[in-house]
Amino acid sequence: MATMIEIKDLHKSYQMGKNSLHVLKGIDFSAEEGELVAIMGSSGSGKSTLLNILGLLDVADSGEYLLDGKLIKNLNETKAAKYRNKFLGFIFQSFNLINYKSALENVTLPLYYQGVNRKERQRKAMKYLEMVGLKEWSHHLPNELSGGQKQRVAIARAMVGEPKVILADELTGALDSTTSYEVMDVIQKINDQGNTILVVTHENDIAHMCKRIIYLKDGVIEEDKKIKQVRASEYVQ
Amino acid sequence: MFDIERWQEIFDTIRKNKLRTFLTGLSVASGIFILVILLGFGQGLQNGVANEFAEDASNRIWVWTQTTTKEYKGLNPGRPIQLRNENHKFIERQFKEELDHRSAVFRIRDASVYYKKEVLSYSVQGISYGYQFIDNQHMSAGRFINQLDEESAAKVVVISNKIRREVFDKDQDPVNEFLDIAGIKFKIVGVYGDHGGDREEERIFIPITTAQRVFNGADRVNNLSYTLKPASSFNEAVEASLNFDEGLQKYLREAHIVAPDDPSAINTFNSLREARRYYNLVDGMKMFFWFVGICTIIAGVVGVSNIMLIVVKDRTREIGIRKALGAKPWSIIAMILHESTFITAISGFGGLIFSMAILEFLGPYIEIEYVLNPSVNFNVAISTVFVLILAGMIAGFFPAWRAARIHTIEALRDE
Repeated sequence: MATMIEIKDLHKSYQMGKNSLHVLKGIDFSAEEGELVAIMGSSGSGKSTLLNILGLLDVADSGEYLLDGKLIKNLNETKAAKYRNKFLGFIFQSFNLINYKSALENVTLPLYYQGVNRKERQRKAMKYLEMVGLKEWSHHLPNELSGGQKQRVAIARAMVGEPKVILADELTGALDSTTSYEVMDVIQKINDQGNTILVVTHENDIAHMCKRIIYLKDGVIEEDKKIKQVRASEYVQ
Repeated sequence: MFDIERWQEIFDTIRKNKLRTFLTGLSVASGIFILVILLGFGQGLQNGVANEFAEDASNRIWVWTQTTTKEYKGLNPGRPIQLRNENHKFIERQFKEELDHRSAVFRIRDASVYYKKEVLSYSVQGISYGYQFIDNQHMSAGRFINQLDEESAAKVVVISNKIRREVFDKDQDPVNEFLDIAGIKFKIVGVYGDHGGDREEERIFIPITTAQRVFNGADRVNNLSYTLKPASSFNEAVEASLNFDEGLQKYLREAHIVAPDDPSAINTFNSLREARRYYNLVDGMKMFFWFVGICTIIAGVVGVSNIMLIVVKDRTREIGIRKALGAKPWSIIAMILHESTFITAISGFGGLIFSMAILEFLGPYIEIEYVLNPSVNFNVAISTVFVLILAGMIAGFFPAWRAARIHTIEALRDE
């Protein structure tokens, strides 16, 4: 198994007026290809900051970050955009779909920025919508979809560019438990195909649907353990 | 180049914000409309001025005299200055190379004019044969006063179209008929027309030699008038006419012992000097119209820019999503620029077409003094198109730049 993510001694501080808030205080961890990792921790533990740095949406003050073996350092915005597009897929708590675009158009967006032609974009997007069970809903606008459907569109969008790593920030945070399990069922199926997925969550049951849990506390890893994965399909009717 | 999704996004945004887009477009369309109408009016003004000067020979110099206002060489002010034949002849000799046409004018006051038993109240002027070309008269029947008439002091007269209409029957040919002027029969040899219209057609012309003899004029002359030979450019023509004007004034002031700084004893009207003043004025006004028009467009552009800033603010989260999905800063800039250029160009074209249609259809019917056929030429229209596209890009650039600089995480958190 190849190491997909490797971080060493990662530090990050924010300036809050005159005070400096040290959020990440030397994080070390790695994730292998095909892992499904939950990152847990209380509010302010630094889990979202860590995910933002891993997603190249933010930059660490110090430390080393290797993504698929490539050292991520001193990236300008254009290069960061290129890396995000090629290596990473994002799933957000609030779905972050563009509300005037249909489900299909939302899913085609990463491919658009990859320069894929329109026909191919539509073919691929439809394939991933079918995978998340939304083929029939492809031409609906986000406000015509339920929360779970929206999140499944977001998952299809994160998948469509065939990224090496999918980063999910509280992906079930806005969903009821039944819908959460449905979404996690999709995530597990994607992971079964060999995708590396990192899930930031504060929900214990969701974390136990992953293969490994990293507990963050006050900016450091408190515990990092492999667990027996609970299959979400057991809870989905 | 043609990106259907980009266009789709533009139309989606427009659909979502119909009123906002309409008002934005209206400000640009009004700017272009005002610019084109002002430029058209400026062109109309230029046409009008050119037309006014076309009524007389454009390089005409006209001389008249009044009384002196300054004491000079022992002579008191208040002395009337009388032009004479010898002045005319001297100028003719002295400026032979420069002059094209020349004529002295002797005005006859209170001459009784009859056609048969009908009294006519028109002014009678004695002129030289060159006067036709100085005053730009065209003949509609017969001929003008000629050199032979002048040399032989012939009793011939030229009447105007207006007099013909008012005095003679519709089908009657006035040529070879006789007018009675101060009890002497004058044969009508021609009928003239003047571009100045009825106002300029109140005059009856007879040879100056005849006028001076019959009306006891001796060698007295009221006016001198000249045109100069054509020059290769307007500026050269103005230069030549100013030199002639100066030489003429110098001679007349010396001949009549008039102070060089006497403002009113000897006067000249130099049509080229006047034309230059008008053209300078028209040029100034056109510059002013451009200035006002450009300012109006700038106001429109600022409006579009403001709206685009609001658009960027409204779409902050969307911009964050796009960036997270791999949009490069340049593609965000291109998206905003594309939209602002499209809105500006479409509304600007609307204003351009509407204003040009108005000028095209109404322009030929506009007849105000000094304004004739306001229109905008093709080059100006093309320039305006470039101004529009540039304006759209400027309007979009700062909002686009701002959008590209939005931090992705902050944008994603935007509510």
